[in-house]
Amino acid sequence: MTLSRRILLGLAAPVLAVIVAAVISTLVLVATGDDVGAFWSTMLSVPASRNIVNIINNASLLYLSGVAAAIGFRMNLFNIGVEGQYRVAAFAAAAFAGAGVLPGKLNTVVAILLAMVVGAAWAGLAGLLRVTRGVSEVISTIMLNAISGALVGFLLSKWGVATGVSTNTKVIPHSSWVGGFKVTGDPVEVFGLSIFAVVVGVAFAVVLNRTRFGFDLRATGSSESAAVASGVNVKRMVVVSMLLSGAVAGLIGMPTLFGDAHNYGTSFQVGIGFTGIAVALLGRNNPIGIAIGALIFAFLSEQGNLLNILAGVSPDIVAVTQGVIVMAVVIAYEIVRRYRANLEQAAVAAQVEPHTDVEEAVA
Amino acid sequence: MSVPTTAVETAAPAPGRMDTRSRMWLYLLAGFVLVALVRVVSGANDVDSAGTLRAALESAIPIALAGLGGLWSERAGVVNIGLEGMMIAGTLGAGYFGYHYGAVAGILGAVLFGALVGALHAMATVTFGVDHIVSGVAINIIALGVAGFLAESFFSALPGGGPTQSPELPSVTSIDISFLSDPATTIQNKHWFLVSDLASVVGALTKELSLFTVFALLLIAGTGWLLWKTSFGLRLRSVGESPAAAESLGVDVYRYKFIAVVVSGAMAGLAGAFLAMVASSGFQQGQTNGRGYIGLAAMIFGNWRPGGMLLGSSLFGYTQAMQLRSGGESLHALLLVVFVILLAVAALQLVRKNRTQAVLSGLLGVLFLVWYLSTDKVPREFTTMAPYVTTLLVLAFAAQKLRMPAADGRPYRKGSAG
Repeated sequence: MTLSRRILLGLAAPVLAVIVAAVISTLVLVATGDDVGAFWSTMLSVPASRNIVNIINNASLLYLSGVAAAIGFRMNLFNIGVEGQYRVAAFAAAAFAGAGVLPGKLNTVVAILLAMVVGAAWAGLAGLLRVTRGVSEVISTIMLNAISGALVGFLLSKWGVATGVSTNTKVIPHSSWVGGFKVTGDPVEVFGLSIFAVVVGVAFAVVLNRTRFGFDLRATGSSESAAVASGVNVKRMVVVSMLLSGAVAGLIGMPTLFGDAHNYGTSFQVGIGFTGIAVALLGRNNPIGIAIGALIFAFLSEQGNLLNILAGVSPDIVAVTQGVIVMAVVIAYEIVRRYRANLEQAAVAAQVEPHTDVEEAVA
Repeated sequence: MSVPTTAVETAAPAPGRMDTRSRMWLYLLAGFVLVALVRVVSGANDVDSAGTLRAALESAIPIALAGLGGLWSERAGVVNIGLEGMMIAGTLGAGYFGYHYGAVAGILGAVLFGALVGALHAMATVTFGVDHIVSGVAINIIALGVAGFLAESFFSALPGGGPTQSPELPSVTSIDISFLSDPATTIQNKHWFLVSDLASVVGALTKELSLFTVFALLLIAGTGWLLWKTSFGLRLRSVGESPAAAESLGVDVYRYKFIAVVVSGAMAGLAGAFLAMVASSGFQQGQTNGRGYIGLAAMIFGNWRPGGMLLGSSLFGYTQAMQLRSGGESLHALLLVVFVILLAVAALQLVRKNRTQAVLSGLLGVLFLVWYLSTDKVPREFTTMAPYVTTLLVLAFAAQKLRMPAADGRPYRKGSAG
């Protein structure tokens, strides 16, 4: 296959998916009698500088969440529990940092490490249940999500501080906050800890492509029996990748916690874990793909916020678009994969037997 | 019928051992006596009052219907974690059609919406061979978005409706058999050991029993008959056990898988209709609240069989109902039940000479006893957690004895039989 053809095939799936999603969203809007023109002009408008900052912030959180999910997905391990993992982790970090036992930035560093450990432990539970008791990680992580919500609620009600309408952990001392940086002229800043997205992305790419562990991970995902035959300890891989996945999930809440919210309460941002799964699927669990997916999702959500005011359309339509993109992209990848497999088969067949009857018949 | 059985049916019980079914009844009976005993000892009469049992049944039915959906699709080899999304579609269908065209139309609308989402899952997994979990996750995202968007456009302008909820829906008829339920209530209030407990069961089943509940129970029994006693069911299960073998014998694998997943969606849609029309007064956003997943867990707990699935659903329904009916005290009494069960497990392990497991279970049991004795109420959040923790524990203890359909979750391409 030529290089240009390979690139074309690689792009075919995502482009196809975006087109399908656009068509279906439009059809839904037509069916409900909404203003389609206003919808598109709003969605495709150039975002204002403060919106760009929001998009970057959101995309970095989604990216962390996407990578957390992708680590497991690469070996067919479905960690659906990123949501619960980042919530317990963010709560633990907020409670620890809020207590202010350690001074200044040391407090921040230790709290972040604690978040990673707690996230890893919460995910590790599912990993252990899988390898010791044979419980499907899909079910156990979903149950752990529900448990984490109730558990954090309980701990908040027991030790939290009530401020107005919400109950939250103690506010983190000012010296432990992490400032942001300006990218546009706007006073709104990008979270300082958004840098985690870059660090984690690079680390994920290096580990995946340049280490024994990354190779084992991909091998297990492609063919478990082949991996076992070549000496991969699958049980160990399951536990280790769950721990890694949970540790990364633990980071998701950190940029907001130290850059904006400064405490964990009932109003802390939720749902990033679920969206992260979609982002990982969109990006084919690939470090760069996930980044593109995170940017697309963050862009759609941010633009969607304007829909109510500017186009009179419910912002929920964005969720439809996002869902359809994910579904369309997984189907499109499968179609392209089959097409490519057929092409490769044909190419191999042509090389092995250059003068087949078929070819003569065609000639 | 030329298709031979590919699934090995439960073998005839070895001499001296009970078959699975009688063992299940024995466990049920033992559990019943245990709960009755704990009720008398602790004085927490709401543990098995008719009201609690009725609430438990009402919580169990949507879970069981979702589980039934899972049973249909997984028996044909398609894992369906999109049940949650199909259920959401069902609540929306019930809300829209129920409000405009009446109760029956509401139920049919829910079935239609659920089946449509099921068809989407079937298309992705069967036709295009997408990974089942991936497709299920995508389905849940789409259904949540579509329901949120359409609910706003359907219900916002209606009197009593809003962007996240429908107006009140027509209710499904419920029946009272008062010549049974009245004496049952009287006996229940005497709080006699076992007798009153039996009376509450009678009371729960004879008062305010929704026809929808009866219909759901019939569907579960009907599914059992259809999948295990007819040639259609045999073919459908053969597709889940060994699609290549089924295809080599002339079964249209894609068609059976497609039917199974669409029916699965319809069942989940029904579960949604039950939530919107019986368990509450209308469609509300977020109403399903993870019940699709619990239904799936109930089905796994029930070893991919209707009876076991119903038992699992009842267990989850019961723990959910605890939240509604003086949950703190009842759940507190149940700590004692857990203690006794763990003690029994410890004794059993001791007989089997598994010392470590016996000691572990015993210690855990003592912890529960200490918890019971040192408090008199379980915090509200623990009541919320109970169903999920139960699911995890049950799966952790039972997962290795379960046997799922052999080709469950594996994409199959037509022509693989060669």
